[in-house]
Amino acid sequence: MAEVVLAGISKSFGKQTALEDVSMTIPDGSFVVLLGPTGAGKTTTLRMVSGLDRPDMGQVRIGGRDASGLTPAQRDVAMVFQQYSLYPHLTVRQNLEFPLKSPILRTPQAEIDRKVAEVAEVLQISHKLDNKATALSGGEMQRVSIGRALVRNPSVYLMDEPLSSLDAKLRSDLRIELKSIQANSGATLLYVTHDQIEAMTMATHVGVLDKGRLVQFGSPREIYENPVSIYAASRLGQPRINVLPADVFGGAPRNATHIGLRPEHILQGEGEDSFVQRVEHLGDQTRLHLALKSHGLITVTDAHTTLKEGDIVKIRPNKAFYFDAAGARLA
Amino acid sequence: MSYSVTEPSKGTKWLAGVLVVSYAIITLIPLLWIIATGFKSPTDSIAYPPVVVFQPTLEGYVNLFTERTRATDEMLAAAGPPTTWYDQIARDRGTVISGPSRYGQRFLNSVIIGFGSTALCMVLGTAAAYAFSRFKVPLKDDLLFFILSTRMMPPIAVAIPIFLMFRNLGLNDTHLGMILLYTAVNLSLSVWLLKGFIDEIPIEYEEAALIDGYTRFQAFYKVVLPQAATGIASTAIFCLIFAWNEYAFAVLLTSGTAQTAPPFIPTIIGTGGKDWPAVAAGATIFLVPVMVFTIMLRKHLLRGITFGAVRK
Repeated sequence: MAEVVLAGISKSFGKQTALEDVSMTIPDGSFVVLLGPTGAGKTTTLRMVSGLDRPDMGQVRIGGRDASGLTPAQRDVAMVFQQYSLYPHLTVRQNLEFPLKSPILRTPQAEIDRKVAEVAEVLQISHKLDNKATALSGGEMQRVSIGRALVRNPSVYLMDEPLSSLDAKLRSDLRIELKSIQANSGATLLYVTHDQIEAMTMATHVGVLDKGRLVQFGSPREIYENPVSIYAASRLGQPRINVLPADVFGGAPRNATHIGLRPEHILQGEGEDSFVQRVEHLGDQTRLHLALKSHGLITVTDAHTTLKEGDIVKIRPNKAFYFDAAGARLA
Repeated sequence: MSYSVTEPSKGTKWLAGVLVVSYAIITLIPLLWIIATGFKSPTDSIAYPPVVVFQPTLEGYVNLFTERTRATDEMLAAAGPPTTWYDQIARDRGTVISGPSRYGQRFLNSVIIGFGSTALCMVLGTAAAYAFSRFKVPLKDDLLFFILSTRMMPPIAVAIPIFLMFRNLGLNDTHLGMILLYTAVNLSLSVWLLKGFIDEIPIEYEEAALIDGYTRFQAFYKVVLPQAATGIASTAIFCLIFAWNEYAFAVLLTSGTAQTAPPFIPTIIGTGGKDWPAVAAGATIFLVPVMVFTIMLRKHLLRGITFGAVRK
């Protein structure tokens, strides 16, 4: 396992800037999740670390060693691709054995058998080992693809939305499994996802990327509770943070143009009048869609609330983030 | 009555079946005629109207593989009774077998040159196609067009320069010369066909292999090559068929050592005219290797002809 350092990485493809001066330190044994919409540079960051692409500027260091001149094989990284990339001419077992049989590892057969069986067990694909890789469902392919990374013991695991095409049950099982594998083995993991639950539950650190720039890096709680911008604040939280003009409640700092309110940071019973537009009973909680001075916002309330459409609720912010016109955090 | 958009109706299937079978019969007639002629006697082979039902004989095959001399009755008597069935056939025509013909030698030349050039063409073609498909080659499109342009004229159009070139290089009537020539002619086809096949193999497989600890070449060998096998097989068939059947250059550039079967077969002279059964026998045997090779790879050939029609 190793620490991975990105120092001032820039990369463009033609005129398209994919990464711009990205610096981050992925501590040894940490689980770092990269968040951002499509095109933010998440996958490109993984490819920089893997060595599949080379940065135009900057340096990648893995375990203190400059990786610039190293091939992907020499970097000793394992990667789970978004499109699975299973070898179609091989069986599931051969796919899982493939990295272990590489000229770099040359694992003895007994060891290979043991590891493959172990990983297949964890990923619930033991009964599919002798199937052709192409004869699997999408979810099974994705699990084999994760397995191909897990059979190894690399300096860093890179995973590109590895749980995206699994059903909800399997996804939550594997989330726990991945986290415990990482915690037990002390593996360093760099993980790309759109799913904020994955980010919140697994990550020790979250990196928020916006158009190729790293806008915030910290623990999930830190980013949730102390976001640097509207953009970073919107990455985490379900339902999303409500962004309203700063003056709807009064008391905004100077220069503030927007107020950001997380759903649980809205106090009911005092303050401004708002209309209940919709009530969503989710079982453990209830979501209220409110209209406040023609602005829509969402808050959460007691599961057994008696509020219904058309009622009037008084609300005021309990804890608020203020942002300037550019979206940067003021207070 | 159920109606399906994709499943043809019974009547359509029958019509299609009849059309395909009649087309197959029409195309097979010349082939069957050649095979039949190989088993006819010289008289039957030139009979008019042609005979369809005849007494089969192996005379054509004996004549194809042997040299014979005409013998007088005293010589025949002195030679003693025939020892083998092919001796017997020669004796019946008043001849004795004086030795093997050159057909075996010519056939072997065809095998060496045909399969040799196909193999060389596959190695070079796959390497070039992979490079064109995966690497940033300067002036790639121009180079590919240039490669294709070598097919824009019939190869025989450059026969004279090639003849002079071969004479100066000492490649006339050599196996190496013919292998190089057929490889050069076929290479453009194989580069283009193979590039199409390799383009279809997603680059992610190689990237996965690079990450899994393999070098670029190992990734090519272990991941790309097995998936390109279909394309390589069908391209190999096209190359082999050309090299195997090529006639014009073989006539021009070979005469002895490296002469292939196609220019040799028509030169088989019988007593008192062309020995058609022997010629037909030579052509029949000549068909076998390509037929076997094609049948072995026919699964791939079908896919080779239709490749690109349906993308996955």
